[in-house]
This record gives sequence, C-alpha cells and structure tokens, in this order.
Amino acid sequence: MSAAENNKLTAHRGKATWGERLVPLERFREETAVAGRRLSEAARLVEQGNFLRRERGATPVEGPYSRVVVFGGVYNNHLALEAVLDAAHKHGAEAVYCLGDLGGFGPSPEKVWPLLLEGDVRTLQGNYEESLASGREDCNCGYTDPRDNHFATLSYRYTSEHCSSDFKRWMGGLPLQRRIRVGQRELLLVHGSPRQINEFLFHSTSPISFLEVLLDQESCDGLLCTHTGLQWHRRLPSGRDVVNVGVIGRPANDGQPGVWYAMLEDRDGDLGVELLRLEYDHTTLALEMQQQNLPQEFIDTIRHGWWTTCLEILPARERARSRY
Amino acid sequence: MPSIEASEATAPRVTLSSLDTLWFQVAGTVCNLACTHCFISCSPTNRTHEFLSLEAILPYLEEAATLGVKELYFTGGEPFLNPEMESILEQALQVGPVTVLTNGLLLDPERCRRLNQLADQGDYSLDFRVSLDGYAPETNDPIRGEGTFDRILQGVSNLVEAGLNPVITVTEVYEDNGSVSGKERFFGLLRDLGVAKPRLKMLPVFQIGAEAERSGAYDSWQRLRDRDTLDEGWGHLQCSSCRMVTDQGVWVCPILVNEPRGKMGQTLSDTLEPFPLEHPACWTCHVYGVSCKT
Ligand code: SF4
Ligand code: SF4
Ligand SMILES: [Fe+2]
Repeated sequence: MSAAENNKLTAHRGKATWGERLVPLERFREETAVAGRRLSEAARLVEQGNFLRRERGATPVEGPYSRVVVFGGVYNNHLALEAVLDAAHKHGAEAVYCLGDLGGFGPSPEKVWPLLLEGDVRTLQGNYEESLASGREDCNCGYTDPRDNHFATLSYRYTSEHCSSDFKRWMGGLPLQRRIRVGQRELLLVHGSPRQINEFLFHSTSPISFLEVLLDQESCDGLLCTHTGLQWHRRLPSGRDVVNVGVIGRPANDGQPGVWYAMLEDRDGDLGVELLRLEYDHTTLALEMQQQNLPQEFIDTIRHGWWTTCLEILPARERARSRY
Repeated sequence: MPSIEASEATAPRVTLSSLDTLWFQVAGTVCNLACTHCFISCSPTNRTHEFLSLEAILPYLEEAATLGVKELYFTGGEPFLNPEMESILEQALQVGPVTVLTNGLLLDPERCRRLNQLADQGDYSLDFRVSLDGYAPETNDPIRGEGTFDRILQGVSNLVEAGLNPVITVTEVYEDNGSVSGKERFFGLLRDLGVAKPRLKMLPVFQIGAEAERSGAYDSWQRLRDRDTLDEGWGHLQCSSCRMVTDQGVWVCPILVNEPRGKMGQTLSDTLEPFPLEHPACWTCHVYGVSCKT
C-alpha cells in the first residue's frame, strides 16, 4: 500500500465523523462534554415513571378457576392434542387454554380444528395463525441458514395449502390475549410476549428484572406464554410467576419423544404451577407424516426428540444443550 | 450538502419504547486491529472513547435493571483489551444475558476455559460473536489485517474446544458474503474447523468512519425525512429499544458514538426521550433493518 493510500485510510483516526465531516478529537470531546440532558434526581424519577407506565388492556377476566390446563404450539399434532385434552379431563381442569401456533411441522392441519371446538379449548392467535389468516406467502421467519428457510417455507406452504379458508378465517378472529383468574391470581395469557406476538421468551434470556417490569406494566400476577418451543417456570422475587408452557406439537429438544403442557391451580391462595410431560402416540404421527411426504428431518424430531432445523433461534445456553 | 441543522428539523423522531438492549463500549475505541471498514474507526491509538471500568459500569447495570433491561451487549474496540473484562462479565451476568462482540484475537485457551465456566454459572446465557469478513485470507485479511484470518479461526477453535459456540458475524463488505452460496461457504468453513453446530449472522455495512473512506460516504439523498415514517412506526430500529454506554455518557445507539449529537445524557434516565433520525446511518438502519438479534 502506498503512503498516500495508507494516509487516506487512516485520515479519520482520532476524528469524529458527524455526517461527512471529520472533526478533531478535542472538539469532539468539548462538544460531547456538554451534549445530552442532565436531569435532576427528581426529574429522573419522573422520566422513569413515565417510561415504565403502560395502559392496562381492557381484556375481561375469565374465571375464577381452581384448576386449568394450558398448552401451546399444536403444530398440526392432532394426536398430542387428543392426548392433552384427555389429560385435562383426568386432572379435572375447569377450563383448557391454547396459546396459539396451530399449524406447521405436522400432518393434516384440518384435523385439529374440530378437536379444539369440541374440547371447548379457548385459543389465542399465534404468529402462525396471524400469517395464515392474513394470507402471507411464508412464515416470515427469515433464518440466516438457507437450509432453515427451506424447511420453514416448506412446512408453512404445506399447512397453508391444506387449511380451508373457513379455518383460516376462524384463526384470524382469535384474540391475541386473554386474562384469567386462578384462585386469587390474575394471569395474562399471550403467545410470544405481551408486547409482541413473535417475541421469544427463553429461560436464559428473560432476566428477572425484565419480567418484573413487564408484569408491572401489564398489571397482572402472572404471565403465561409459548412460541419458543421450550417450557420453563420462573417465580419472581415479587412472588409472581412467569410460565412458558412449552408446546405439544413437537418434543422439547431433549431427546425424548414426549411433549409438554402446564397445569395451574389454586393452592390456598398461592398459585401452583406444574409443567408436565405428555406421552402420546408419536409412532402413528410419524407414519402419518411419512404418508404426507413431510421432510424426514421433521419425522426424526418426532421420533427422537431432538430438533433438526431452525435451531438458530436458540440462545447460547439452550443451544449448548441441543444435539444439533 | 444539506446542513445537519436542516435535517434535524425534518427528521422523524424515534421513541424508546422499552430498554431491551443495553450496550457497553467496554474497550472504548481501542482495538488491536484497525479494520478498513470499522464504522467507529477503532485502532490501537484511537482514544475517542476510553475503557469503561467495572466501577463505572455497576451503576448503569443497576439503573438498567430498574428500567427492565432484557439483554446486555459488550463491544469496543476489542473488549478483551479491557483488563477488568472478566469481572465485568461476572457482574453483568447477575443482571441478565450477555453477548460479547470480539475480534477473536485475544481468546487463548486459558481465557476460553474461564469464560466457559462463567457461561455455565447462573441463570443467563453468555454468548460470543466473533467477526470474520471472508471465508479465506485473500478476502478477510485486506479488511481485518495481515494474518488475521488464521488468528481469528484459532480463537474460534479455542472457544469451541472450551465448550463455547460463538456466532460468527460477517459484514456484507463483499456482495457474495450474504448470498446463499456465500453463507453455505461460511457454514462449511466452520464445519471443517470442527464446529458441530455452526452459527452465523450477516451484518450490513455502515458508510461512516473508516468505511466512508473505503467505499465512499453517503449521498445527500440518503437521509430519512418525516414523510418516510411508516405505518408500523420505527419499532424495527435498534434505537427504539436500546442505548449505548461509553466512558463519556449514554448514547442513542452503538452506531453513532463518534457523533457528539448521538450522546443523549449522563445516566440512562436522562436518555428516555425521543431521538431525531437525522444521520445518514439511520438511513442504512431503516433500509437494511439492522437488528442485534442472533
Ligand atoms: S471492526 Fe472490530 S476488530 Fe475491526 S477495528 Fe473495528 S472494533 Fe476492531
Ligand atoms: S443509526 Fe440506526 S439505531 Fe442509531 S439512531 Fe440512527 S436509526 Fe437509530
Ligand atoms: Fe409462535
């Protein structure tokens, strides 16, 4: 590299670059020293208060219940759906809630609809329903890995082509949030997070102070969500609970074919939270998926319990536990 | 060239809807490399921003927790030049999940072992992003420096050996980098290196700092105006949910730290008001939808 070229490449060093201008470092320091706001302690508290305050949604509160079953992510898995409805019946649950994502991954999307209706399952809209109902071309996942995009698109197309327009219209009419009372506790039910239908709340990336603020803003005593595919429960220092109920549509990337759901009950004013493993006829589901020519990668997941595609959504901790 | 003042008057303003992401310029602008595309022009001698000490960081962590922060990012320069880096990580992991952006050059096996121990403790993820700009020395080294390709891959190997699995971040300095075949070559490179679960993220290039001289600065039409405001608002921009801390205060985002006007205040609570998207880099953010998600 010639001295002139080198000089050109390093001309900006020690300079600030507002727009196209290069500003000497001393001037930058002088300007930044006085830039920005410097509030008084009192003004800061006011700003914080305004920032943290949110309007509470006008959603009516359902219940009160003493025991409910809540699950998410059906992913066309009608056999697991049947099994979870059975389980809810055996638990004596007074109501059953589904937090959305009915399609994708599994076979024959129409099969879950009558089960949801007959089972009186109170269902929320997930990002999958939102996409299907609005007629989007793909699930809009936008993975970095071309292989992931290939599989995501494939299962979205399959679901979209095998869903009647009546079913899709019904999906479009599902609510985005519900509130229920279990004993004394008012719980907010959402798909991803209260703020965004497709926000991921993983255990290792949903810190306590973040969740406390979120629950303050929604003024609820607990939050139930799904969307990540991995179940977890965290009791906050304030005594409130956040539960990702997991999904019943595919295993939780743990090497077991069973899937997960949640049971919540009133225990003398306290909230009892149980995450439960559900065994169902996964062998038959795998055969049905084969008959529908669904990708072998998906069938392997159903059989062996390890995710094979779209793993890039996982945070470092969850990815480390993953086989692939 | 339109004046900055004129663009400030017409620029749309973005509201901080939540403080999801807090960045720390933990090594300031000091780096052991001087990449030609570095948008904040870091180098061994660039002292625009100095190291952040653990003592300086603690109050910000506390304030961020009050404001409901979701994730913490550490960048520089090169974070591991900061002698307190590992204690800083330990403290930050008490508050939330942490991601460190590094060039991979200071990741010796001993350090990687300690980092893996940190990653295994506690409730929250500790993640690393290592920058690489080409899948061969011929493309990477002209940008990141002579011999860096091999040294970066050595750092990645050391992390993987210790049980960590970094995300490799690639800027689209070469058009081919972001193409389907380009991505597959990066994945292939990592698999050859023995990375069983390769992770990759592509980033657009900001035409400021060193990059302005490498590829030419922005044209004057590359600005956001009021009329560009979209129905869905500005929620896709980082500055609607992030702030950046340097030794000189709190800035709107990690991109504008060399701009006096990017500074918003001294504490996080000083910076909760809307910010005017007057800078040409805002145009890149808007057009390419930059996000910090993995
Ligand atoms: S791009 Fe990263 S590694 Fe390169 S000079 Fe800038 S901070 Fe250092
Ligand atoms: S550069 Fe991007 S993140 Fe920063 S203020 Fe502009 S639009 Fe926001
Ligand atoms: Fe979802």
